[in-house]
Amino acid sequence: MKVRLHVWRQPSSNAPGKMVQYDAPNISPAMSFLEMLDLVNEGLVEKGEEPIAFDHDCREGICGTCSLMINGVAHGPSEATTTCQLHMRSFRDGEDIYIEPWRAQAFPVLRDLVTDRSSFDRIMQAGGFVSVNTGGVPDANAIPISKVDADSAMDAAACIGCGACVAACKNASAMLFVSAKVSHLALLPQGQVEGSMRAKAMVAQMDQEGFGACTNTKECEAVCPKEISVSSIARLNREFLKASVESR
Amino acid sequence: MMSISSFYRSSVGCKVVMALTGLGLVGFLCAHLAGNLLVFKGPEAMNHYARSLRDYLPILWVLRVGLVGMFMLHIASAIRLTQLNRKARPVEYAKKKNVQSTISSRTMMLSGTVVLSFVLYHLAHLTFRWTHPEFQELGDFDVYQMLVMSFHSPYVAFFYCLSILLLMSHLHHGIVSLFQSLGLYHGGLQLVIRMAGAGLSVLLAAGFLSIPTAIFCGWIGL
Ligand code: HEM
Ligand code: FES
Repeated sequence: MKVRLHVWRQPSSNAPGKMVQYDAPNISPAMSFLEMLDLVNEGLVEKGEEPIAFDHDCREGICGTCSLMINGVAHGPSEATTTCQLHMRSFRDGEDIYIEPWRAQAFPVLRDLVTDRSSFDRIMQAGGFVSVNTGGVPDANAIPISKVDADSAMDAAACIGCGACVAACKNASAMLFVSAKVSHLALLPQGQVEGSMRAKAMVAQMDQEGFGACTNTKECEAVCPKEISVSSIARLNREFLKASVESR
Repeated sequence: MMSISSFYRSSVGCKVVMALTGLGLVGFLCAHLAGNLLVFKGPEAMNHYARSLRDYLPILWVLRVGLVGMFMLHIASAIRLTQLNRKARPVEYAKKKNVQSTISSRTMMLSGTVVLSFVLYHLAHLTFRWTHPEFQELGDFDVYQMLVMSFHSPYVAFFYCLSILLLMSHLHHGIVSLFQSLGLYHGGLQLVIRMAGAGLSVLLAAGFLSIPTAIFCGWIGL
């Protein structure tokens, strides 16, 4: 099959960028989206042009490094799928495909489709951790945790921090990401030590990084490759309210 | 405890303020509609209701101040968050698809602004009687006649109906959204809240629209 790409090209953070068109003939429907880009890049290198820069690492849907707004949808048209796990069979032969970087004040473009997502790391540093005293390895299952809580915490922990929620949100809000991290820790006994400061600290850092506010449109949930539910945002709001009236 | 100013400065705290003021305004709308529906019981019932409101003047003033305060807080927070949200996405996408968000949820500022302009006109029209000086000659409490006369103007009727429809859209998203902002939208409550949001927004709109409809059809007149 063949497709026509419209790709955002931008040489560096401060340089202006624009959409550039590339034809990609001889694409196999079995290729992943990133393999298709690799092939296009080989062609560009052969012609002596700069290859398209894009983020990727594990290519198996678990690391959260790949990104890409594909035809206006974060991670492309397949539900619950990262871009690295998306295949060309999800597109029509001859289709026009628009590829853009995540767009957010807090995710500045470094080059082409690569953005700087270290704002997420700083949010994690503000409160996305638990205190653990070093020493001997504790016994497994020494702390009883209800099945319901363990399951909900696991669901929230599935977040790979890719930033698709921010990219899809009309306000570039990071609430789904922050709420997944807060939910994951707030539901477990190990997370109680920092309980009262976590939501406050992470929300404060999120605001400071320049992410928008949540208007509950639920676009984030629809594109999340790990299907994190917006009910975790309700939990974050509860945790924040609880923390703001606590005396500590 | 967090100080009120740092609570309000945080985006989550500001949304809580929007949610609480929004809830208060919905409560006011329900009471206001109940009063308006007295028009179906005839001039005496309606005017008696208007007059008896004045009998409780101190309470009325507390409610008025609270109402204006809630409105101003709601609008100030809406403007503040909208500015923040615009700044958060300086470069728009060349292509953007909305997967599951509703139009109502994406046009809250638009529907809110139309509702606001209606409220301002409503005050100038019926409360201060600037736009209709002839109402000055009516007795203080002939609310019934004012109401029926107003809807005889096609422009007023059109603007009223448009505003009510946009209010319905505002509340269709707003009522569910407020529970989410307060952290109450979870588990088994989700379905109940969604039904209540859709039901209440449609019921309120139907109630408000029933009055010009009845006047247009001649079911109530002077
Ligand atoms: C009778 C008048 C009004 C009622 C009953 C009302 C009700 C509500 C409710 C219940 C919410 C949901 C709060 C939340 O998401 O937590 C809301 C949100 C909002 N309202 Fe209003 N509102 C009214 C007037 C206005 C006006 C005049 C404006 C603007 C000038 C406005 C702008 C907004 C905005 C921007 C939101 C936030 C939308 C979002 O976060 O999804 N509203 N309103
Ligand atoms: S490259 Fe690791 S999730 Fe896609």
